Amino acid sequence: MLEALAALLLAQTIGEVLSYALGLPVPGPVLGMVLLMILLLLRPDTVGMLRPTSLALLRHLSLLFVPAGVGVMVHFARLGDEWLPIAVALIVSTALAIAVTAVVVVWSARFLARRDDPR
Amino acid sequence: MTRVDSIWVYLATTPLLGLTATLLAYLVAFHLYERTGMNPLANPVAMSVALLVLLLLTTDTSYETYFDGAQFVHFLLGPATVALAVPLYDQRARLARLWLPLTLGLAAGVSTAICSAVGIAWLLGASRETLLSLAPKSVTTPIAMGIAEKIGGLPSLTAVFVILTGMAGAIMARPLLNLLRIDAHEARGFAVGVAAHGIGTARAFQVSEQMGAFAGLAMGLTALVTAFTAPWLAPLMVRLLTGGG
Repeated sequence: MLEALAALLLAQTIGEVLSYALGLPVPGPVLGMVLLMILLLLRPDTVGMLRPTSLALLRHLSLLFVPAGVGVMVHFARLGDEWLPIAVALIVSTALAIAVTAVVVVWSARFLARRDDPR
Repeated sequence: MTRVDSIWVYLATTPLLGLTATLLAYLVAFHLYERTGMNPLANPVAMSVALLVLLLLTTDTSYETYFDGAQFVHFLLGPATVALAVPLYDQRARLARLWLPLTLGLAAGVSTAICSAVGIAWLLGASRETLLSLAPKSVTTPIAMGIAEKIGGLPSLTAVFVILTGMAGAIMARPLLNLLRIDAHEARGFAVGVAAHGIGTARAFQVSEQMGAFAGLAMGLTALVTAFTAPWLAPLMVRLLTGGG
């Protein structure tokens, strides 16, 4: 567990350093994820050490969003003034993004499968 | 000062209270969520946030004081994002097969998320700051806050939009995808991850590890792509819509 936690933090640190040093708009933890994925592909034997801690951390991913969510109390005034555009934009845009992504993935996969395997 | 008051004053200055309250609120919320048979409407993030806001308002505690303690939980978002590499690695065979449809879905989903949020809010008369703060709403919190800062939005307002988006996505995903007759767990997970980042991913993991892995992948890729596109796309849109300034 400690080794896994150290590996996750190390990957994040290297990611942050790369992001900062190269002036990339990509955030450090995302680069860390890419680095860890590369490590796993090169050294598949490390996955056993990483898996329990990583999955435990991900099992309660929702908990990690709570502190930022409580920040809603700081913005009550603005949310009260602009509640209609905000609510409609958030709900409709999120629904559209889910629908468009899912439909494009499924249809393009179907199209590619048909092209590769014409009957 | 009474004894109880002095204990309160002491505790309020340590990070202990914010941290403990966060964990307890989440445990209560998660228990309720399980009791409803994991009904998406009983979203654990939404209920925890509601409980904590109520607690802070009734005890007259500021968000800053609360966050002093809660930041330790917030911090774990970083290592948790890195940890997404593990379920992703487990899905590498499917990933290799589906990379092209996923890339197309990602491009379509990210541009839809940014443009529709800004466009709809503008139509309904939102202020310029709100528009810019809305643009990165589908990206995971720390990253969205960075983007908002870069484009002239309010990072803390963006954080709120991000959480609300995640909750909306986690609640709507199942009925919406059923309506569209999308059955493949890969596509369902990926769509939720693109639109509703980590909260959607958390929801997807509760359905299956495979769905969670694809949602996690989508969340990482969306952060990556939005970090590159939003800084020029959102200000451009806002400038076109609001006519300069």
